Amino acid sequence: MSNADDRHAQRRDTDGLERYDIDTAPGDEYLGDTEVGSGLRGYVIGLGLATLLTIASFWLLGTNLIWAPGIPVALVVLAIAQMGVHLVFFLHITTGPDNTNNALALAFGVLIVVLVIGGSIWIMANLDHNLMPMNAIMNMNR
Amino acid sequence: MTAIDVRERDPYRLHGGHGHAPGHGDGGPAPIRIVVGYGFWIFLLSDIVMFSAFFAAYAVLAGKTAGGPSGAELFDLRNVAIETAALLLSSFTCGLASLAVTARRSSWFYVAMAVTFVLGASFILLELREFAHMVARDAGPTRSAFLSAFFTLVGCHGLHVTAGLLWLLTMMAQIFAKGFRDDILRRFMCFSLFWHALDIIWVALFTVVYLLGASR
Repeated sequence: MSNADDRHAQRRDTDGLERYDIDTAPGDEYLGDTEVGSGLRGYVIGLGLATLLTIASFWLLGTNLIWAPGIPVALVVLAIAQMGVHLVFFLHITTGPDNTNNALALAFGVLIVVLVIGGSIWIMANLDHNLMPMNAIMNMNR
Repeated sequence: MTAIDVRERDPYRLHGGHGHAPGHGDGGPAPIRIVVGYGFWIFLLSDIVMFSAFFAAYAVLAGKTAGGPSGAELFDLRNVAIETAALLLSSFTCGLASLAVTARRSSWFYVAMAVTFVLGASFILLELREFAHMVARDAGPTRSAFLSAFFTLVGCHGLHVTAGLLWLLTMMAQIFAKGFRDDILRRFMCFSLFWHALDIIWVALFTVVYLLGASR
């Protein structure tokens, strides 16, 4: 029996309704009510990955191993990866069919966050670029 | 063709196969636990959108030090690393607490929650100590636009953690007084989501504020 079939069988409720048909609340992980061990495994994997990514971030700052101007990009990539680890292993937001609503809400949130942060940085950098330096303005008033 | 065949071929129900699934238009409303969790998830996302505005303000103002100290001079990365470890471990122990709730093991639950509280409280203490040091060396929120944005962003996260600590104690008291009742379990689910979300925001925060600030 494949792993997917196994999970499918576990999700069958007492009233014959299949768990597969019901949405999952964020944070929920259907493993059957007694399987604490496999739930623990998920959290341990999450903690391990998050620790690795955190150590990598702090280590990157002091290293000469990569090209210095690339460090900020690498830090941002590591942070996004770690946020993904937290979402999957701690909040249990996955792309499974029972999680569609949660993932769609997340996608909308990410869209707004990207628009707000990216748009602000873009516009303000543009303004800075086009704005006359303060002493030039002073000279014009003279 | 049975219902399972349809599901295998179209697991996301893109072609409108509903069967008798609750919460999908047919078969009645979704269970309360799903509705509560989804609503709280929407709240968390709106909270993250609010934080994104503070992040945007910080990113724009990070270089505007008005002749005052810059981030690279002020930040103590060892302190930040300890704060990060405390919050990450507290997220893990919060996960252990939710496993304990699933297994209805109350002693395990209290221990995990107590450890979570201690880790969260030490995070807050370290942050307050850092703030006090900065204010003492004339780098308070009124010194420059950079520091105003810094204290707003980091302080707002700290307030969230403080609120989370109060909520944590409330949840321990409620489980103690009322037991593993359905409504209490839903509240605990919301609490654990909140606590994990705070850690996600901290990941963005230590990267954008401290690590990028120190590498500037």
